[in-house]
Amino acid sequence: MASELLRIATAGSVDDGKSTLIGRLLFETKAIFEDQLESIERTSEKRGDEQTDLALLTDGLRAEREQGITIDVAHRYFATPKRKFVIADTPGHIQYTRNMVTGASTANLALLLVDARKGVLEQTRRHALLSSLLRVPHLVLCVNKMDLVDYDQAVYDEIREEFSAFAAKLEITDLGFVPVSALAGDNVVERSDRMPWFEGQPLLGHLEDVHIASDRNLVDNRFPVQYVIRPQSSEHRDYRGFAGSVAGGIFKQGDEVMVMPSRKTSRIERIDTPDGEIDQAFPPMAVTLLLEDEIDISRGDMICRPSNQPTANRRFEAMICWFDETSQLRTGAPYMLKHTTRWAPAEVDELRYQLDVDTLHRDLDAETLEVNDIGRVSISTSSALFFDEYRLNRNTGSFILVDSHTDLTVAAGMIIGSGAEPTLPAEPVVAENITFHPSKLTREERWSALGTSGATIWLTGLSGSGKSTIAAAVEHTLVSSGRPAFMLDGDNLRHGINANLGFSPEDRAENVRRVGEVARLMAEAGAISVVSLVSPYRADRDRVRQAHEEAGIPFHEVHVDAPLEVCEERDPKGLYAKARAGEITDLTGVGSPYEAPESPALVPSEDLETAVRQVLGLLEG
Amino acid sequence: MEEATRARPAAVELTDLDTLEAESIHIVREVVAEFENPVMLFSGGKDSVLMLHLARKAFAPARVPFPILHVDTGHNFPEVIEFRDRTVAKHDLRLEVASVQELIDAGQIKVGHELESRNRHQTVALLEALKNGGYDAVFGGGRRDEEKARAKERVFSFRDSFGQWDPKNQRPELWRLYNGRHRKGEHIRVFPISDWTELDVWRYLAQERVDLPPIYFAHEREVVDHEGLLMAVNEFFPPPEGAEIMRVMVRYRTVGDATATGAVASEAVDFEAVIEETAVTRITERGATRGDDRFSEAAMEDRKKEGYF
Repeated sequence: MASELLRIATAGSVDDGKSTLIGRLLFETKAIFEDQLESIERTSEKRGDEQTDLALLTDGLRAEREQGITIDVAHRYFATPKRKFVIADTPGHIQYTRNMVTGASTANLALLLVDARKGVLEQTRRHALLSSLLRVPHLVLCVNKMDLVDYDQAVYDEIREEFSAFAAKLEITDLGFVPVSALAGDNVVERSDRMPWFEGQPLLGHLEDVHIASDRNLVDNRFPVQYVIRPQSSEHRDYRGFAGSVAGGIFKQGDEVMVMPSRKTSRIERIDTPDGEIDQAFPPMAVTLLLEDEIDISRGDMICRPSNQPTANRRFEAMICWFDETSQLRTGAPYMLKHTTRWAPAEVDELRYQLDVDTLHRDLDAETLEVNDIGRVSISTSSALFFDEYRLNRNTGSFILVDSHTDLTVAAGMIIGSGAEPTLPAEPVVAENITFHPSKLTREERWSALGTSGATIWLTGLSGSGKSTIAAAVEHTLVSSGRPAFMLDGDNLRHGINANLGFSPEDRAENVRRVGEVARLMAEAGAISVVSLVSPYRADRDRVRQAHEEAGIPFHEVHVDAPLEVCEERDPKGLYAKARAGEITDLTGVGSPYEAPESPALVPSEDLETAVRQVLGLLEG
Repeated sequence: MEEATRARPAAVELTDLDTLEAESIHIVREVVAEFENPVMLFSGGKDSVLMLHLARKAFAPARVPFPILHVDTGHNFPEVIEFRDRTVAKHDLRLEVASVQELIDAGQIKVGHELESRNRHQTVALLEALKNGGYDAVFGGGRRDEEKARAKERVFSFRDSFGQWDPKNQRPELWRLYNGRHRKGEHIRVFPISDWTELDVWRYLAQERVDLPPIYFAHEREVVDHEGLLMAVNEFFPPPEGAEIMRVMVRYRTVGDATATGAVASEAVDFEAVIEETAVTRITERGATRGDDRFSEAAMEDRKKEGYF
């Protein structure tokens, strides 16, 4: 029987055969019944089609069947022994961007279609952009109608290359390609022998195997209180349970928790379900939490950990997609905003730019957004929301805007952060209670038992170049996806293990050696050590690299290469100012040399998100 | 990131049924938290039994915080009415009944003849009951896999003050952020089990060992073959002249108006056997059992626009 649920959002142009492909998947997995088939056979015959039009299976409303178009999000279901699938099928015409956004909001995977004869169209790019904006974790591009190009590999390769080049500009973490003919059934369920040059899996196999369990955020504990259960019966007189769906992290019995906005703390006494108590709760479970202390908690409050809180702010930056045909965005006008289980009056303070979904151009002069427009805005609410960046948590980073007069949902939004700077939790959280018996395990045994493999990422560069920002984001992304990672920050370590060291060349060398040793040990244990250290001397870094090579642990040297002027302008710690004022004499880049790496594994982009992706790419190589 | 995925213990993964259950409970709780006066439709059919079971789970150990509403066509299977009353007593529920017969007697519904299907008349009785009860949210057990028009309906489905559905003007539904805001007189139909298929329903009911009306399992019954449907012979369905009465093992896949709901030949006497049959069946449940859905491709769409559930 099926064991997991996979949600798919499909999109494609009017004629690229999307409905036929879905019809084919339903047909081949026996999700279509004989009476449905007979009914569409009759309709096909009436219309004079040459063969039964499988698209009729999915086009549900009369207007669609008559005009041969799809007008809204439709849901389709099929299952294989491995998985149950839910398809949100959305039409591709330009005026229905909002439907694609709707389908993508809950999807694990986006399925895009192109016609092999037409290649990548404007619409394909738009759908890829929307999938990326909505952070759909996996994307598959089906090159359809291969039968009409004689199953020619060159056609497929060209489309694949063109799309890959475009996708590289977007936030797409997992991209797959399959050449298919939905009409003839090639590479949909069975491997096609007409395309022996294709070495990948057919579409269904890909859908069955794509790994989705790690797409959830299992690190940042978030529980928006939905409803307070008070039975008021003699049997349960003192029962006071906080019902809701886990939006992030893993809640365990005995955990210390904090409640926003009161910031009161308590411990989880137990986690209730109607089937009895459970030890732990994780997304998307619907449970009831009972706390040890009596705290005043109501719907809209957020339960988290004292050491890992969401951002609490009345103002934030977001990307929004405008949905309403009958109105346009009005800055300063009153809207109602729904975020998690909280409603709040809200205003859009400023439209920063409109994003052209075809060219990715940012129009800074845009004055409003209309239906299907996407733009970046700043929003303020009447009371603080408790949110995370959308890219870290889709549940606590998303919201809708509702017109207070018509009650219509006018826009959907994805939170970028509370200001221009990315907001990252102050304290990283790593897996708890992992201990090893050092002498009896080989590294292979250890890594394979833990299902991980260690490595060191070494970020070197001038003070203020952005090393720690990248390191923190990399660490967070890794840990969020279930991979043990730990950031070793030069400044932080100087408070402890390196507290007795100064800034002479000798002390700097010892500083680098110690950090290198700690990084190697942690990597040996299975973690990704993310080191953020100026480490100005090439020889010191090379010694660390050598120690890693001898131990057989991957070492990736990353040169965060911002020009001195830029670092000096940022000057986050005021060091350059002090150096220029003569208060300190040995600042790297000013009074002390920096030896850049000769062949670093990577010089990351200035854009944080791109940089993080590039760094993560090193681990996959 | 392939290694990372394997590091995660299997214990933090949910099965497809657990996921569906969690999503449905979330919806039910959201409605109760945001609406003043919800009500849940309950026919005694398996979908409404499932929905009620999920509602009980959503609020345990408290009782279900809203009444259930039975739209009674007067053409009932006695086993289903007996089941309904047993369920109400067992779980301390509040039951409201919207009677089609009463509206017929009062002259508010005109019927051609006593034994015609009353499925269509349920709409009148339902809208009347909603108005009288002042309900602002109505839970229905509709599933998107049942029928093509239902596949396009939202979980929160907005109805105007006439109870009508406008398929071209539905509110976008994103993430789990449901918008139930409405004005007085308008209401929202809520379909918490939208994403369940017939097979999911059976597998879950079996997993949870939920009590069902006995007619869902194979039993011996007198039936006639009527326009391709196996119709039970009883007071609502006197056998047409010349029809051959057979005594065979049957079960029901859906429970509706007794004049229009057919049985299927079956030997499945327990959950496991029903699941096995459901997994290999090649006919939709409505196509196999409902006379009223077979008339045209758009039969359901038309009825939904009028306010049917």
